[in-house]
Amino acid sequence: MNVIVAGCGKVGLTVAAGLVEEGHSVTLIDDDMQILSESTNIYDAMGVCGNCTDCTVLQDAGVENAQLVIAATASDEMNMLCCYLAKKLGASHTIARIRNPEYNTKSLDFLKQELDLSMSINPEMLAAREMFNVLKVPSAVKVETFSEGNLEIIEVIINKDSPAEGKSLFELRNKLKATFLVCTVQRGEQLIIPDGHFVLKEGDKIGLTAPISQVQKLLKALGISKKKAKNIMILGGSRIAFYLTNMLIAAGNSVKLIERNRQKCTTLSQQLPKAVVINGDGAQQELLLEEGLESLDAFVTLTGMDEENILIAMFAAAHDVPTVIPKINRDELVKMAAKLNLDRCITPGKIVRDIVVQYARAIENSMGSNVETMYKLMDNQAEVLEFNVRKEFAYIDVPIKELKLKSHILIAGIIRKGKPIIPTGEDFIAKDDKVIIVVSGKRLNDLSDIMAN
Amino acid sequence: MNRRMIFFTVAKVLKLETVLLLLPLIVAALYQEWNGVIAFAITCGASILSAFLLTVSAKPRTKVIYAKEGFAIATLCWIAVSVIGCLPFIISREIPNVFNAFFETVSGFTTTGATILTDVEKMSRGMLFWRSFTHWIGGMGVLVLLMAIVPSDSGRMIHIMRAEMAGPVVDKLVPRVKETARILYVLYFALTACEFVLLLIGGMPVYDSAVHALGTAGTGGFGIRGDSLGSYSPYLQWVISVFMILFGINFNLFYFVVIGKISSAIKNTELWIFFSMIAVSSIVIAVNILPLYGNDFGESIRHSVFQVSSLMSTTGYSTADFNLWPPLAKGILFILLFVGGCAGSTAGGLKISRVLILVKMILRDIRTMFHPHSVNTVMIDNKAVDNGTLHRVSTYFAIYILLIGGTFLLISFEPFGFETNLTAAITCVNNVGPGFGAVGPMGGYNDYSDFSTLILTIAMLFGRLEIYPILLTLDIKSWTKPLSTAKA
Repeated sequence: MNVIVAGCGKVGLTVAAGLVEEGHSVTLIDDDMQILSESTNIYDAMGVCGNCTDCTVLQDAGVENAQLVIAATASDEMNMLCCYLAKKLGASHTIARIRNPEYNTKSLDFLKQELDLSMSINPEMLAAREMFNVLKVPSAVKVETFSEGNLEIIEVIINKDSPAEGKSLFELRNKLKATFLVCTVQRGEQLIIPDGHFVLKEGDKIGLTAPISQVQKLLKALGISKKKAKNIMILGGSRIAFYLTNMLIAAGNSVKLIERNRQKCTTLSQQLPKAVVINGDGAQQELLLEEGLESLDAFVTLTGMDEENILIAMFAAAHDVPTVIPKINRDELVKMAAKLNLDRCITPGKIVRDIVVQYARAIENSMGSNVETMYKLMDNQAEVLEFNVRKEFAYIDVPIKELKLKSHILIAGIIRKGKPIIPTGEDFIAKDDKVIIVVSGKRLNDLSDIMAN
Repeated sequence: MNRRMIFFTVAKVLKLETVLLLLPLIVAALYQEWNGVIAFAITCGASILSAFLLTVSAKPRTKVIYAKEGFAIATLCWIAVSVIGCLPFIISREIPNVFNAFFETVSGFTTTGATILTDVEKMSRGMLFWRSFTHWIGGMGVLVLLMAIVPSDSGRMIHIMRAEMAGPVVDKLVPRVKETARILYVLYFALTACEFVLLLIGGMPVYDSAVHALGTAGTGGFGIRGDSLGSYSPYLQWVISVFMILFGINFNLFYFVVIGKISSAIKNTELWIFFSMIAVSSIVIAVNILPLYGNDFGESIRHSVFQVSSLMSTTGYSTADFNLWPPLAKGILFILLFVGGCAGSTAGGLKISRVLILVKMILRDIRTMFHPHSVNTVMIDNKAVDNGTLHRVSTYFAIYILLIGGTFLLISFEPFGFETNLTAAITCVNNVGPGFGAVGPMGGYNDYSDFSTLILTIAMLFGRLEIYPILLTLDIKSWTKPLSTAKA
């Protein structure tokens, strides 16, 4: 598929990298020759130098044959204009990054309709939503929802006292008497898709699926449930902080927001009357302790600097704050942070990439394969794919235990008439179901690809 | 330096060469030259064996390569294919001297077309076919061929492509390197096939047509007759003239024509300079040599166009011995030896785009001397050329002159006189083939000593890969010192 990415910034390049990896033909547009040539050296993509709102530049990039145009320059207005022109010049789908909160309120739907945008992306909003999900179930490392919220995969770390430690999955399931499925296990750098005989060890990061009603009970049984975050402190008054505070307050939490810039504090206190806005330097230990760091349920660092976020988050973790989430922009630092026991990092660029790659797949689907949605788990080592079961599928109504699946593939869930089923060997796949597959190291284009032979 | 990845790629190229060697093997078998068949079979075995040993000893831990690995891969692959490629000549005893055989093979792969053979017509058909086939492989590049047909390992293949393709700026036609390589080879193959058919129509035997089509496509110039193309009919000479010009054109332009963007192909400045240089030189020479051909303008223009396009595209075929032409004609041809074809073609030489940039830089500097505060930009095709490119072009020119000078000095002890030695150095660096004096179109390199043959062989490799890849590969430090970028 031909894709044009305008703007070689943080988000633009992460998205481009994801698309190139997926096998798409990517053309980059940027007005800085230097950045462009560096990017095309690293990624197998073509570069066009110029302004992405210039019709001739877009034509040079082959806009008339592009199935997807993504505008991710620093300016919202440029992005909108670029997408509008691209659409008029013959691109089939357009995605614009629109981050200014003013455009993201009531006018967004109108803008999308008038500009004929396929999707608008607000990275800050997406990051905030992701953090909100983690804070909602604080004992989980990360929560992913699939199939319009019907099924969740919860990433949890097995600690020393957990009843799961040293048990095989069979034993665990019998002991807990709960419906759940372990889809992925990350042990060290390695990712495993386990079967029933797999024995869990301390330090494993597991991905669980379970019906939403049973999640709390299950986590309690596993001995890893903590109380729901109520008292939350956010460092840095960025746009993400604004969106996150809004969501948290709406969910009934109490939020303290620390920001260095007085002007920003004033604006934030007007926009967020229910939050406590504090003007001060978050790097000062005194201030953090004075504002009750030790009695917090969760602490989120959202300053502009990755290093500052990591260090302050470590400081908070050392003061026994149960949930600590740093925002880390640079991908490389995420791995280092994980070594420092900061597992719950949020990387805005990655979130955007996953969404765009998923959308690109969706476009491709309409031209061949039938993946409904696609998510990436555990540092992209595993993928979660959703398929619609069509009547051509050869194994309809066959119990799962009789299916011969390829290795590293797991049926994580079946959605039947909007109700999730966590499958056991007795369950079967019926027509018009949605099937959720967890896979690592393979590319699937069709549901029948999961079968061995 | 990711050494394992470098050797792994060399092994892949050798496997590819094994497959390519089957073609001359078949030709030799068709003409029942069993000696040749055995030589090619042994070479295939040696090639696949060394590829196997390299693959076993160097399994890459990481597939990430940077620009320096790209240069090293290009250099080592070219040396490896040439070493394997010269084995058939040695094994079959048709060129028993190792240095001569290596010279002949490198001359083939680098599309130079300089030969040490004194009597081509005595060679077996299989060997002559292989000689011309090396032109075709080397013309577009063996690594580009590898990229076009073998699944790629790394997103950074562009570094290898840059190291192998000629010209000041190497750009992709389409976003994916593999797709670009494939398009180039499809165009290359189609043009070669066209020429083959046109030669057949003109009554050239099948074998001769194939050999000449391959030789023209790579802008190589190995012939199969003592007088090159002098004894073929005027129609065939014209066909080859036209195709020599076509293969001197940037392949990107053919792609533009194919996808219907004819206007952007026609607006290309380099193309028009190429055409006008050929036109002006041909007319001046035709007038100049008119008396030699009994005032028959038709014949003199045919010879002058043929020679001009042959030297300009660095092919090296000839229909007449231009050694005997008057000084003005020889002077023009001498200058053309340097210029070469367009960037992105299979031709060698300095390349017209570089000459154009150099001339525009001279004009800019003169203007700056008149108006010290004026701001001037070098523009080509209505686009500004960035300072990095300008800088690289002028440095390249300096290094290129040094290379010619160095080669000339090293071989100047040979007793052939100034003209012969100088043009030998120039034609080898520029991958043209024939020069003036004893190395002229009717002469050869047979009389040079083994030492000079080796020097000229190295000069051809330098010229084909445009100097830098080999220089950077020779930088021992980067091989021995573990670099911080080499992530395990």
